[in-house]
Amino acid sequence: MKKILTTPLRDEDLAALNIGDVVYLTGQLVTCRDVAHRRLIELGRELPVDLKGGAIFHAGPIVRQKEDGDYEMVSIGPTNSMRMEKFEKEFIRQTGVKLVVGKGGMGPETAAGCAENNAVHAIFPGGCAVLAATKVERIEGAEWKDLGMPETLWINRVVEFGPLIISIDTRGNNLIEQNKARFNERKKPILERINAEVRFIS
Amino acid sequence: MISNDGDAAAKDLTALMSRFTAYIGKRLPTDVQEKLADLRSKETHPLAKAVYESMKENQEAADRLDRPSCQDTGVIQYFISAGAQFPLLGQLEEILREATLEATRNGPLRHNAVETFDEKNTGTNVGSKIPWLDWEIVPNDDSATIDVYMAGGGCTLPGASKVLMPGEGYEGVAEFVFDVITSRGVNACPPLLVGVGVSTSAETAARLSKKAILRPVNSFHGNSNAAKMEKLLEEGLNEVGLGPQGLTGNASVMGVNIESSARHPSTIGVAVSTGCWAHRRGRIKINADLSYEIISHQGVVL
Repeated sequence: MKKILTTPLRDEDLAALNIGDVVYLTGQLVTCRDVAHRRLIELGRELPVDLKGGAIFHAGPIVRQKEDGDYEMVSIGPTNSMRMEKFEKEFIRQTGVKLVVGKGGMGPETAAGCAENNAVHAIFPGGCAVLAATKVERIEGAEWKDLGMPETLWINRVVEFGPLIISIDTRGNNLIEQNKARFNERKKPILERINAEVRFIS
Repeated sequence: MISNDGDAAAKDLTALMSRFTAYIGKRLPTDVQEKLADLRSKETHPLAKAVYESMKENQEAADRLDRPSCQDTGVIQYFISAGAQFPLLGQLEEILREATLEATRNGPLRHNAVETFDEKNTGTNVGSKIPWLDWEIVPNDDSATIDVYMAGGGCTLPGASKVLMPGEGYEGVAEFVFDVITSRGVNACPPLLVGVGVSTSAETAARLSKKAILRPVNSFHGNSNAAKMEKLLEEGLNEVGLGPQGLTGNASVMGVNIESSARHPSTIGVAVSTGCWAHRRGRIKINADLSYEIISHQGVVL
């Protein structure tokens, strides 16, 4: 059974989600990355899209404008979420965004932001940009186009967009941070074993 | 513009290389496809299985819709091994630059060339020394073998190089590889193809580490100690279990390839380059009469 979230998202839609859960999104998904975060948080500019109860995607897509002027989503994979770590806690607080989608984990600040505002971060598999594009039904709008194609806020209507793997839940649990700690623990005994076999300088 | 007597031949080769460059952004090389299928079939973690499934679906969709499979089509790099008698040797640089421009328009490829210090995207996907060319000249040969590589941002980020003291030994090499992969490889879209350069200085090791990921996934170094180390590193990294996208799984890597040179008695240069699961590279051999053979992808029609 697919777990499908629909925008606008309410606190109760997200409360039961745990890290590692897989969900899909139907509704509005707005691309939002480096400069849009900087404009809101550091430059104090008002965001041209209302994100209350909404979902954002850390992504810089390839978009094609058709002859009738409409936009077509060609390829839209996630970019590294960690670049937005500096801004995301405050971004979540100010915008009321509920679902942040990207690639790789985010840090303790975002985890705190998720816990305080009942929001989640989710991972869409990196490199799966055409799969993602096929889940975009249409592009409903584009804001801050002065930022160029990758940084424009593309407002997408998506249907069962996913898989989205919850990496930070509303209690601030952080899947990737937990994984990294485990990977580092495992590393030591493995290296000891390898090192005993590669003493080629003797 | 190309304006020598070899005009027609240069034009043909430009068209061929532009088609090949665009092609490799859409379909993975045969060795990578087979390795991913193998890892997918052996995976037991449910979440990792789901991610492998998405990866497979994505490649099928890219194939069906004839689109670049990842939106980051990278900085274009060409690794050339050219015979000294290859007829278009002197024009190859210009041909490959034109081929990149054409592939960018027709692929389409993303505009990924930002001029440093001016900090402006050129908007054409070419710039100063980009596409990047790496040369090896082969004596008494009239063909050219070219590896095309799309160096995406995510898989380029973990890249690192360092010079060890001999006292640190190959143990230091293993530790360096593990540190890079477990700290920075996690976000580089694993399972990765890990390239390791073992050499004399920082830049020689770095170049060899990149050459290493151009080698087929399941190939081995010709030296038995080096081949043993490739295997130990591969098994060891897999035991860490990064899984696809660093979400935990049975494997971390598609493989570990080492390339090496002799070294100064006082130094061990070591470097790591990583290829993401969507390892987009292609190898083509062009003969003197411009007939060609695509080595990396089976059953291709350009």
